[in-house]
Amino acid sequence: MASDRIVGIDLGTTNSLVAFMQGESPVVIPGDDGSNLVPSVVALDENNLPVVGNAARKYLTETPERAVYSIKRLMGRGVDDVQEELRFFPFRLAEDLQAGEVLRIKLGEKTFTPPEISALILRQLRRNAERFFGASVTKAVITVPAYFNDAQRQATKDAGRIAGIEVLRLVNEPTAASLAYGLDKKQNGIVAVYDLGGGTFDISILKLHDGIFEVIATSGDTHLGGDDIDNLLITIALDDTLGDLGLDLRRNGEAVQAIRNAVIEAKIALSSQPSVKLDVELPGGKRYLREITREQFEQLIQPIIDRTVGPCKQALKDAGLKPEQIDEVVLVGGSTRIPKVRVLVKELFHREPHTDLNPDEVVALGAAVQANILGGGSEATENMLLLDVTPLSLGIEVAGGVTDKIILRNSTIPASATQHYTTQVDGQANVAIHVLQGERELAKDCRSLARFDLKGIPAMAAGMARIEVKFLIDANGILHVSAREQRSGKESEIQVQPSYGLTDEQVEGMILDSFDSAEEDFRQRQVIEARNEAATILAALDKGKKSPAWGHLTTDEKKKIAKMEKALTAVNAEDDYQAIRKAIDALNQGTTRLAELMMDSAVSTALKGKTMDEADMGEGPTAPHPMAKAEFE
Amino acid sequence: MTNLATITAKAAPEQTQFCWSCGARRAVHFCEACGKVQPPFPVDYFTFFGLPRKLNVDIASLEKDFYQLSRKLHPDLSARAGNQEQEWSLQQSSLLNDAYRTLKDPVKRTQYLLKLEGVELEEQSKSATEKARSTGEVKKQIVPPDLLEEVFELNMQLEELRTQKKMGEDDPALIEEVGRQKLELEEKQEALLRELQDRWKMWDGMIQRDQNGQPVSDEERRQERDKMVDVLNRRNYIRNLVRDVSEVLEN
Repeated sequence: MASDRIVGIDLGTTNSLVAFMQGESPVVIPGDDGSNLVPSVVALDENNLPVVGNAARKYLTETPERAVYSIKRLMGRGVDDVQEELRFFPFRLAEDLQAGEVLRIKLGEKTFTPPEISALILRQLRRNAERFFGASVTKAVITVPAYFNDAQRQATKDAGRIAGIEVLRLVNEPTAASLAYGLDKKQNGIVAVYDLGGGTFDISILKLHDGIFEVIATSGDTHLGGDDIDNLLITIALDDTLGDLGLDLRRNGEAVQAIRNAVIEAKIALSSQPSVKLDVELPGGKRYLREITREQFEQLIQPIIDRTVGPCKQALKDAGLKPEQIDEVVLVGGSTRIPKVRVLVKELFHREPHTDLNPDEVVALGAAVQANILGGGSEATENMLLLDVTPLSLGIEVAGGVTDKIILRNSTIPASATQHYTTQVDGQANVAIHVLQGERELAKDCRSLARFDLKGIPAMAAGMARIEVKFLIDANGILHVSAREQRSGKESEIQVQPSYGLTDEQVEGMILDSFDSAEEDFRQRQVIEARNEAATILAALDKGKKSPAWGHLTTDEKKKIAKMEKALTAVNAEDDYQAIRKAIDALNQGTTRLAELMMDSAVSTALKGKTMDEADMGEGPTAPHPMAKAEFE
Repeated sequence: MTNLATITAKAAPEQTQFCWSCGARRAVHFCEACGKVQPPFPVDYFTFFGLPRKLNVDIASLEKDFYQLSRKLHPDLSARAGNQEQEWSLQQSSLLNDAYRTLKDPVKRTQYLLKLEGVELEEQSKSATEKARSTGEVKKQIVPPDLLEEVFELNMQLEELRTQKKMGEDDPALIEEVGRQKLELEEKQEALLRELQDRWKMWDGMIQRDQNGQPVSDEERRQERDKMVDVLNRRNYIRNLVRDVSEVLEN
């Protein structure tokens, strides 16, 4: 059933993709520009309408203050933990952000939360899929970095809801990749997936057993990827221009973007060439020229790619395995195209890594496989089952600001833990619980997930109440909490204050907002189009009045046209596109005879030996473009 | 040869013998006839897998059962079902995962069984140590008497190393000495695990006798428990020492 079609989405830092299972194999659905990759770039155009993907990229250099990229880096994060990002990324935070509020980014004069921006990307992917199928798409599997914490996962799920997508499952990116690989190689063994993308790094170690993909250990860094290499090269270029030219471009968004585009191109080229030349035009007319050899490049990025070693060793240790025990290594993510990265992986695992599938697409393909499994499966996915783990330990704060871990990292999910609480004073009605995620011993060093308030505890003497709190991590890696006072059997009410997330009400509001704004967007577009048309016809009329044809009209005809012209000019100032259209139609009809007379006179002047151009025949078909006049030799 | 239907049937309380969906007589966690997941009910982890409360567990067979039950209970399989079924599936598979995680690990399994037997284990976790340190309580940590002297010495050396590292100094001889002690401690940890396995045999034999109609006295039961608690405490103590040493050596 087409209505039940579930797609797989890779919502990436740099690029996003949508895929689905076509028969026995997953395929990527291209956008209307024919490209499989939708750049994760969102911009507002001159009419404040959102533009996504390749179409949005030009805004990065033209109007950088109206565009944003790598928004994934901000998902599920608070203002205090993005300071580092703000040094390297041109994110413009809203000025009126309150402490504890979800981040908001400025695009032009509007502000958006990271889930709203991600939702715009998801909506684009959804539209691409809908155009492809010719039917609506409302359900999806979305991938997230394995090392994403609860808040980052929740933010991704929220983005789906805002985009009108029911997120059936969040799947970890490396695990999804292993599904795509496992599809044709139905074999047993231990597989390591090394996933270095635009902004995140994951390492997952899986045990494949008759179609069961059991993750044994995972580790990573949610802020490590190709972006970091780009930023390093950008910083060098900015230092060069400051040092040699005394030109400080750090606040010049357009120049930084131009440099960014150039260094990304250079980085990609260096995977296949021994050296590249950077050539960027700077404001003021000077060019920034720089040769980079692969050797220099490899030296430069060594500290960045070395940061993947720690998580790999940790994952091996957690899995209780030696590198020799890994049967296969799979590479995922665009940054694994860098030869030096491949060398590092080979050294780490003593194996030549697999690169048969396109590292940019493999995650989306795997998401499509999981979507197929959730949709009831097919012959290709029969017997396939994914058993994933939680990447981070879940803990609660106990006396002395210490974290008491209740679900350890790498536990297979769904997983649960039960804790018992009691009251400290007579008649106490509330108990506060602080939930944390992370490996550190002290609560202040872990990530705060949420504060729960158990309310409505029946009045009892101190220490008499016995409140059982159940923490459950679902198959998406998202935490659920329920509580019960055992003596009274009463369910306690839990009030959740997510430390870094949107409340349900806020998400609900954004969904409505996006529906409202979809309508508003449509209306505004109509108004703009109608006004453009009005301008065209009014300009044509002006020309007509100056043409000899005008003299052939009767006074009555001229009066009627003048009246209609006045009417159009009047409604054109209003926002009612239907009224504008009506006035345009009227004027069009009222000037039919004028247009005919103009055509006649144009033809007759042409016969008199004049060129069409000189005859000034009025508005012909136009295709306005920003290019200079073509030159001919 | 274990069969899922028979192992899980042992866990079935009387009132839940029929499938909510098709009415067929069913296996406990899922229906054999229609495959539907069944509502969960509280059972201990051993019972969940249809195992007796014994400590020698055939891990290969446990893993096989885990995979088979995963294929029946995982939320992926009920993704298209109604909310109630999805909820049951979530509960059942988290119970399955929790049970498997606990039973496959020798120490966790022993601790879990002791907890079922009503033993409150001495909290040896690092969080408890930190907590005690920060609140100024004296933690009731039992230092195994045979280790007392050795541990005192080692702690002195660790303190010395920490101070040196802070000052940016380096004492290869001391590092080597501490590294050697770490190896010794790890060997002790291994030996204690073997000792624990010996205690399992005693426990399992006792349970078997009881089942065979030779009742075991509460006193005998208590003694076996206490012996296991003792081994676990010593093992945990050494594990924490190893962790402390690793921390100092690696930083």
